[in-house]
Amino acid sequence: MNDEVSGNVMVLAEHTGKQVSEGTFELIGKARELASAMGCKTEVILLGSRELAGQLSGADIVVCMEHPGLIEYLPEAYERALLEVLVQRPPRLLMMSNATIGLDLGSSLSARWDAPLVAYVSALDVDGRAVTATAKILGGKVLAEVELKGERGIVTVLGGALSASAAQLGGTPEVIDLVPPAGLDSLRMSLRQVLEPDPGDIDISAADMLVSVGRGIESQDNMEIVLELADALGVPLSASRPVVDAGWLPKTRQVGQSGLKVKPRVYLALGISGAPEHLEGMRNAELIIACNTDAGAPIFGAAHFGTTVDLFDLVPELVDKIRG
Amino acid sequence: MRIVVPMRAVPDLVEEIELTADETGIDREYLTFVLSEWDAQALEEALLLKDSSGAEVVAVGLADDPEIDQVLYTALAKGADAAVKITYSSAAGSSGSAGLRTADRAAVLAGYLAAQPADLVMTGVQAADDLDGQLPSALAVLLDLPHVSVAVSVEEAAGSVTVRQEFAAGISHELQVQLPAVIGVQSARQAPRYAPITRIRQAMQAGGLREVTVTLPPARSTLIVRRMHRPEETGHAEMLAGSAGEVADQILGLLRARGLVKG
Ligand SMILES: Cc1cc2nc3c(=O)[nH]c(=O)nc-3n(C[C@H](O)[C@H](O)[C@H](O)COP(=O)(O)OP(=O)(O)OC[C@H]3O[C@@H](n4cnc5c(N)ncnc54)[C@H](O)[C@@H]3O)c2cc1C
Ligand SMILES: Nc1ncnc2c1ncn2[C@@H]1O[C@H](COP(=O)(O)O)[C@@H](O)[C@H]1O
Repeated sequence: MNDEVSGNVMVLAEHTGKQVSEGTFELIGKARELASAMGCKTEVILLGSRELAGQLSGADIVVCMEHPGLIEYLPEAYERALLEVLVQRPPRLLMMSNATIGLDLGSSLSARWDAPLVAYVSALDVDGRAVTATAKILGGKVLAEVELKGERGIVTVLGGALSASAAQLGGTPEVIDLVPPAGLDSLRMSLRQVLEPDPGDIDISAADMLVSVGRGIESQDNMEIVLELADALGVPLSASRPVVDAGWLPKTRQVGQSGLKVKPRVYLALGISGAPEHLEGMRNAELIIACNTDAGAPIFGAAHFGTTVDLFDLVPELVDKIRG
Repeated sequence: MRIVVPMRAVPDLVEEIELTADETGIDREYLTFVLSEWDAQALEEALLLKDSSGAEVVAVGLADDPEIDQVLYTALAKGADAAVKITYSSAAGSSGSAGLRTADRAAVLAGYLAAQPADLVMTGVQAADDLDGQLPSALAVLLDLPHVSVAVSVEEAAGSVTVRQEFAAGISHELQVQLPAVIGVQSARQAPRYAPITRIRQAMQAGGLREVTVTLPPARSTLIVRRMHRPEETGHAEMLAGSAGEVADQILGLLRARGLVKG
């Protein structure tokens, strides 16, 4: 047991049991910056498999909690384990990703550990020991600068908002083991199986160019015109989540946080607003061209070229001109 | 099985969002409010459970949320068995509904659910204006129930539910969760059903929103919004001018320069 107070900047590592996620290193990179400004250390929480500690370059300290029930993510198990870490080594700031785990546990840890939480964070700053977070709300249309008062706080951070990679970090962290809390074997939920997506469709992450369509397309019947454009260009059609949820394209074509990350030479976004979860999947494309009738759409903040011409006017013109 | 679906409307994101004069909030006066898309998904998943196993579905909303009557009558028109509007008497120091944070909303809903327990609470994974986190797990803590968010299917299985929780790249986990529980729904197994406007009108004419009152404990948020603003113009796209045909020519020029279109 370790009952020293840490007051450090803490990052929850996300992993598959074998591999630490890329997003974890983005968080560690930022945590180091904040820790150095606050004169404290960077700690990474590693639940489940201690073997992965070696991958966690950039951390000063890795706090490990080994338990078979923590290798795969399970909300109740992770929540109890994290609460135990927070109670034993209270950090100044806990950073998690604003993806499934952050959306799942941010609010509950905030309530159980009694610390303020800011979600959808795209930037972080410190001023003395005061932490301020910038949150992207309303689909990315508004930024809110928020101060986390008090001696503890939690932020869930958008993927791709901060840049750092494992390669840039380096260093060998000290490893501290914590004993898992009681009760991890008597939970009110269990993991039955891990489901992998169906392979078999084309791989949009390998394409040179993508024509990508969003909710602006309005109906399944209208999909015809964008299919025609993709066909004329000889490139795959991809989409934002609502188009896939509506069943107009298979899941394998979804770009974004819960879909695929793509980095084509050209990404043509048609009727896509540019919500943070979508940007996370395509912001690194070499050239982004966006068509959206709303001049205030956040996609124009990520795109290199944009137009507010109606997609129903633009797409047939493109098709005609390509077909000659 | 009694399923409670907390619902609300949020600003329509296709419109321009105006900020208040002091730039610490959103000016709601001229905004259009639409049903939060993830609450629509949660309601659909609940109605699918009703279709398959005869669950009772109750839509609930906070009485002073914008457009809440419309939201609740639409839920009735789609097949919810009852709809409840929650009025709260707020203790000193808490903000009005327009400024209610997730933690406060959770407290109001928990007050209702403590008196009228549900076997399953299903609500949207998030709302577009969440600043201090998401509702499902905040509510679960107050009710001391297990919770799972980012669910893409919820099916009944004898005293429990089988929930598929989604991660990146289409990977998901199948979980068995004991009831009662709180689930945050990302998407339903099928696109939300449509309620014809005539049926919504019928529901409105029939009335039938139940009203309950709960006491909201004092707000304990320690977040201070210093400033809200629109994303900076830096890094903004270069806008292509002209008619659709002219814009198409410019786009094709960009593609040709990269050898992606012949000719
Ligand atoms: C946990 C989680 C994970 C998510 N993962 C993803 C993900 O992987 N990928 C993803 O995309 N989203 C994801 N989302 C959803 C995301 O939050 C947004 O809801 C989604 O990206 C919006 O899709 P959209 O831009 O197509 O639709 P909208 O936001 O509705 O935008 C449609 C746009 O079309 C424009 N438009 C309308 N008509 C026309 C026209 N005729 N011509 C031109 N433009 C027009 C409108 O101005 C509007 O900006 C996720 C959400 C959550 C909570
Ligand atoms: N998921 C959880 N994470 C952390 N604490 C919990 C969790 N679930 C229950 N608790 C708390 O642990 C204590 C024992 O809960 P229980 O296991 O339900 O008897 C109670 O004080 C609960 O509030």
